[in-house]
Amino acid sequence: MQLLFFLILAAAAIAGALGVVVSKKPVYSALSLLVNFAVAAVLFITLQAQFVAVVQIIVYAGAIVVLFLFVIMLIGGDLPGVAVRPRARAVAAVAALVAGVLALAGLGYALVAGSPAATSGAVPGNGSVQAIGEALFTTYLLPFELASVLLLVAMIGAVALARKDST
Amino acid sequence: MPTIPLSWFLLVGAGLFSIGLYGALARRNAVAVLMGVELLLNAVNINLVAFNRYITPAQVTGQVFTVFVLAIAAAEAAVGLALIIAIYRTRDTVNLDEIDLLKG
Repeated sequence: MQLLFFLILAAAAIAGALGVVVSKKPVYSALSLLVNFAVAAVLFITLQAQFVAVVQIIVYAGAIVVLFLFVIMLIGGDLPGVAVRPRARAVAAVAALVAGVLALAGLGYALVAGSPAATSGAVPGNGSVQAIGEALFTTYLLPFELASVLLLVAMIGAVALARKDST
Repeated sequence: MPTIPLSWFLLVGAGLFSIGLYGALARRNAVAVLMGVELLLNAVNINLVAFNRYITPAQVTGQVFTVFVLAIAAAEAAVGLALIIAIYRTRDTVNLDEIDLLKG
């Protein structure tokens, strides 16, 4: 039962990713991206990471995909040249293949060498806001503050880049 | 629980990463390239959470890193899309083959 559920999720995630890459229209790509992110959020829930799943929905599905859709609407949904670049296609296919083979080789090696056994069951409340917030404000306080500075810089940069008279 | 082996999650992550890499390298539309990059980051997130659940279930390190990756992804998408809009204003295209201002 659990296995079947996982297989359905995995197939949906891969299908969504393929939709992003194959779709001719950018709008369909963005919607496929939404499917992929939503399925990934469900995968996070099966991995007992509830907070990350909710943040995934809010930030990725809620903010980033909407941003993509806005930009696609602004510059027109039917762009010429959304197809694959013929020259780059071969290079990209080889690179993706190499990445896939490397990942498979690593997994195969881990299977042969014996990967660490799945440890005990879930610790209750480990994916909760409380647990993650505590880690963020103690162990990872400096990266947390740096991330806020990064977001501020990104916000100012985006506003400055997209202003009309700045170009 | 874990009746599903860890390697299956890693397989899904690797598959998503490869597809995203292909999309980021092969597409001609700058917006689609950015979407490929988002796929790459998402694949990494799945790996991080799976490792956290299976290897160190008592800690939240992987999940915290996932939150940071999310923040970086949001910043990257915002700046990237602003760049695309700025380029579209001046060059009237988002076709990466035609944006060759810095090509020698």
